[in-house]
Amino acid sequence: MITLRKDLDLIANLVEDNSKVIDIGCGNGELLNFLSKNKNSKIQGLEINQKKVNKCVSKGLSVIQGDADKDLGLYPEQSFDYVILSQTIQATLEPNKILTELTRIGKRVIVSIPNFGFWKVRLDLLIKGKMPITSKLNSTWFETENIHLCTISDFTDLCDQLNLKIKQTVTIASNKQKRFSGKPNKSENIFAEEAIFLIQN
Amino acid sequence: MNEEHKKNDCLFYNDPESLLLESGQIINGHDIAYKTYGTLNSKKDNAILICHALSGDQYVASPHPITKKEGWWERMVGKNKPIDTNRFFVICINVLGGCMGSTGPASFNPETNKVFAVNFPIITIADMVKAQVRLIDNFGIEKLVSVIGGSMGGMQALEWAASYPERLKSAIPIATSPRHTAQNIAFHELGRQAIMADVNWNAGNYKDKNTNPSKGLSIARMTAHVTYLSEASLTKKFGRKLQDKTDLGFGFDADFQIESYLRHQGHTFVDRFDANSYLYITRAMDYFDLEKTHKKSLTEIYANSNLKFLIVSFTGDWLYPTSENLMIVRALSAGGVDVSFVEIESDKGHDAFLLDEPEFDVCLDGFLKSL
Repeated sequence: MITLRKDLDLIANLVEDNSKVIDIGCGNGELLNFLSKNKNSKIQGLEINQKKVNKCVSKGLSVIQGDADKDLGLYPEQSFDYVILSQTIQATLEPNKILTELTRIGKRVIVSIPNFGFWKVRLDLLIKGKMPITSKLNSTWFETENIHLCTISDFTDLCDQLNLKIKQTVTIASNKQKRFSGKPNKSENIFAEEAIFLIQN
Repeated sequence: MNEEHKKNDCLFYNDPESLLLESGQIINGHDIAYKTYGTLNSKKDNAILICHALSGDQYVASPHPITKKEGWWERMVGKNKPIDTNRFFVICINVLGGCMGSTGPASFNPETNKVFAVNFPIITIADMVKAQVRLIDNFGIEKLVSVIGGSMGGMQALEWAASYPERLKSAIPIATSPRHTAQNIAFHELGRQAIMADVNWNAGNYKDKNTNPSKGLSIARMTAHVTYLSEASLTKKFGRKLQDKTDLGFGFDADFQIESYLRHQGHTFVDRFDANSYLYITRAMDYFDLEKTHKKSLTEIYANSNLKFLIVSFTGDWLYPTSENLMIVRALSAGGVDVSFVEIESDKGHDAFLLDEPEFDVCLDGFLKSL
């Protein structure tokens, strides 16, 4: 049995067995490996960093090098049961366009984000007057890849604007998770460190 | 059968049926020379076909009968190597039109009692593959674990996957392209012109006269060899170093090491390669254009193919650069096909796929283990 990072484990729980899944920004392929072995998923990965791609392929995972901002157009409509974008949307150039693309290529979309509205983040900015550094946001402002950070409310607003239906939300704070059918409670925008959304067309 | 090849350490398959070529011409009773490594299991489901490149042959993992050098991919194929012969039954076939035992322009034409020479029909990559399929059929193998090849070998792998997807579990085209570019054709044309400009070529009938257009073939090889390397690898290996000299010779002898190296490459090549074969095989590569042959877009050719692909390119390869390989990756992704793609960092040029690139080995090994 493979043990997964907590947030990846929660994502994996949202995926039904025997599905066709693409992980955009799959990193070293941890989630894909789990899904292929434990959920019998037919997997595909897209990763921008060639070194990480090679690592995935050497584990026998089907992964190609590509850029979420440029390459999603390659995939035909509704060609995957699930499209997963884990902790990646905040690092893309045009999150709104990407979200639209994800729902075009997948029947269901799972997006996870670090919540910039988390109270520790707010406190950091309020007290120190500096860009927050937390366990989820652990780079300095000049090194971070996160160019489009958002809060849970920002994300749900964008989904509304794009007419996307959030079916389920899982929020995480200090290793405890809460499940919501549909959007999460407003207070999660303060208390959750991370959120996972299941979006269905 | 080609008498001179009987003594070679390889196997032969004489195809009892004629082969209808892409040009519309027909070859009758052709021979296919091949080598195998490992053991075919009782279910016949552990076979891998390795396709060789332009100047390669069936001696992928055993010494070459003429040069006595080790097999051209011995570092990749063998016991406990990425293409592990403990697990796989490996077949490597000299291409149709080749000169290491398979029927080609240097073969004897039984219908005329003469060597074919330029009367040999023009063959294509699809024809080479068609001939390979016959041998695989003869083995009783329904499905290959993989078809693997670099450069022209990659073209064959792509053609296999396009025409016979149900016969494959996976395909691994390496450092290749879905069609030959103008630059690829241009370099081949230089080689062919060099051969045909040699007075000993004699309109292709040099075997009759017992001569050999070795100058022409050797220049063809020298030109091609440069395209397999890179500026970085040439500079690293040779720089401006002089050959057995302390100063310039002020003449046209091989002053520089690179000159001497290329001359050596040319000389040794003519001992093992037939000039007409070189014309035919380079032509087959130039004619290679999957979309034209299959009259469909690349995406349509492979759409919903039920096999796994691994595409490999090398950063220093300017002959079949990453961009060419990516065309295949993109088409496969668009067609909903299971595809992996790795680009290996290397300054060794196109030849990198034959050389020591440990990261490539690890990727290939991981992919094959996942099958």
